[in-house]
Amino acid sequence: MSPSIIEFENVVAGYSPSLTILNETTLDARRGEITLLIGPNGAGKSTVLKTLFGLLLPRLGEIRFEGQRINGKPPRELLAEGIAFVPQGRNLFGSLSVRHNLELGGITLPRAELRGRIDEVLQRFPRINERIDNQASTISGGEQKQLEIGRALLLRPRVLLIDEPSIGLSPKLVEQIMTMLRTLADEGTTVLMVEQNVRTALRYSNRALVLEMGRLALDRPASEILQDPDLNRLFLGGHARTSAAG
Amino acid sequence: MNRTRRAILVVALMVGALLPLFLKSYGIYLLTLLCVYLMPAFGLNLIVGYAGQMSIGQGAFYGIGAYIAALLMTKAGIPFWLVLPVAATSCFTIGLALGFPALRVQHHYLAFATLGFNVLVYLVMRNEEQLTGGTFGMSNIPRPSLFGYSFDGALPFFYLTYVSLLALGCVLWWLLRSPWGRAFAALRDNPIRAESTGVNITAYTLLAFAIGAACAGIGGAYLAALVNFIEPGQFGVSVSLTMLLAVIVGGSGRFFGPVLGSAIVILLPEWLRFLQDWYLTLFGFAVIVMMIFLPGGLLSFADRLKTRRRAP
Repeated sequence: MSPSIIEFENVVAGYSPSLTILNETTLDARRGEITLLIGPNGAGKSTVLKTLFGLLLPRLGEIRFEGQRINGKPPRELLAEGIAFVPQGRNLFGSLSVRHNLELGGITLPRAELRGRIDEVLQRFPRINERIDNQASTISGGEQKQLEIGRALLLRPRVLLIDEPSIGLSPKLVEQIMTMLRTLADEGTTVLMVEQNVRTALRYSNRALVLEMGRLALDRPASEILQDPDLNRLFLGGHARTSAAG
Repeated sequence: MNRTRRAILVVALMVGALLPLFLKSYGIYLLTLLCVYLMPAFGLNLIVGYAGQMSIGQGAFYGIGAYIAALLMTKAGIPFWLVLPVAATSCFTIGLALGFPALRVQHHYLAFATLGFNVLVYLVMRNEEQLTGGTFGMSNIPRPSLFGYSFDGALPFFYLTYVSLLALGCVLWWLLRSPWGRAFAALRDNPIRAESTGVNITAYTLLAFAIGAACAGIGGAYLAALVNFIEPGQFGVSVSLTMLLAVIVGGSGRFFGPVLGSAIVILLPEWLRFLQDWYLTLFGFAVIVMMIFLPGGLLSFADRLKTRRRAP
């Protein structure tokens, strides 16, 4: 078993003092694996990613990255430490070109190094290379998602947080995105993913963590949970049959 | 910038440079005033159009620049060329401070915060009579000279202002096409998204206000030298609102938007003088019509046409 790179320990977080989403959540993501967060709406899947990336401040508990406490660190610092985030929905700057969107991903890098990194990303995403001078708002949904992931990869993150990458994409494009995430994980990048398209995502993931009411309800290998006849029931908000396992 | 646009720009710059040769002194004065006015307007476009912040306080920085120049030149005898960086850096620093409210409030709340700042500066200019001359203003502000060559005449001062404006425009053009410019655009489009990509939104918000204020400070110093006399009324809230109007009418977030907007704000009243009191009514009506049909400003008209042609 790979060692944990991300750890949540009894984390309490939410969008306001009266709206707590994560209720003493404890979970982890292992190095070089794809960890899939699933659960019904409101279970706290996206909140885990936002709290981890510093967009929400945890009220209690501890978040660790490679064993170091990262509670309350701003996104900029976390990016520099090796955590990148691709939020849900469309996250490009539509008024800018594809190239300029990519450059924004490496805004903290020296100019010469940035050029090399962009070439590196473009080799991975040839479709983006073909559209490099187009305005970002004019490229297709699949290309936009590739560009978002490419932009996140510019800083060569060790952990990629990705929220609902399949939204608005055709099944074929979803497979392409999942294959690419699998390749990234096989190359050593840890992926922590939230995805509603559970069956497809599970086929590419190593582990699945089921969240219910802001707590970890189930932690199983993805292949095992894929065979579980209760999966649909779990995903729609029923109670997990098995208690959380380490 | 494509070839056609480049050609239009070159022609416009040449017309701008040659036009004063055919004008009387009042015409030259108006063109010089337009060049001066464009400096804070460019700065305001950076704040509002590129960084997506709101400001009704640009007139205050215009005033601060003008008063710093007037005070240092008339009371301390410091030459214009030394006064200019002092006005710019002072406004940059104060602009940086004014940027802090923008980190906490947005939209109309920020508009009120900046408006409050403008009122405060206006009151200081009006009430601190010993320093600023109060409502009597400050007069006998000299025009600059360089290596013994005096810019006292209307035409030499126009060309000095014109070249200075071009230099400022080039700096801003470069800035907006650098990673800084893209960070400003990201900040305007979606600050949270920008933060996710590593843009330091605190720093860029403050920088937008500071750079915009510095532009206004430079403009203020040129204004003091142009009119030789300044008083608080030249830098009240109405000036800030008119500047904002110039940026929006021309096309905020478009580099040349303030040029068109400022030309309308400065020159149109002169051309419509024959309408006397009806001028403001006509101008107000024109702005309302424009906001309905061209909310992106006059320069968005070409894009609107292009979109319409592409539509099936």
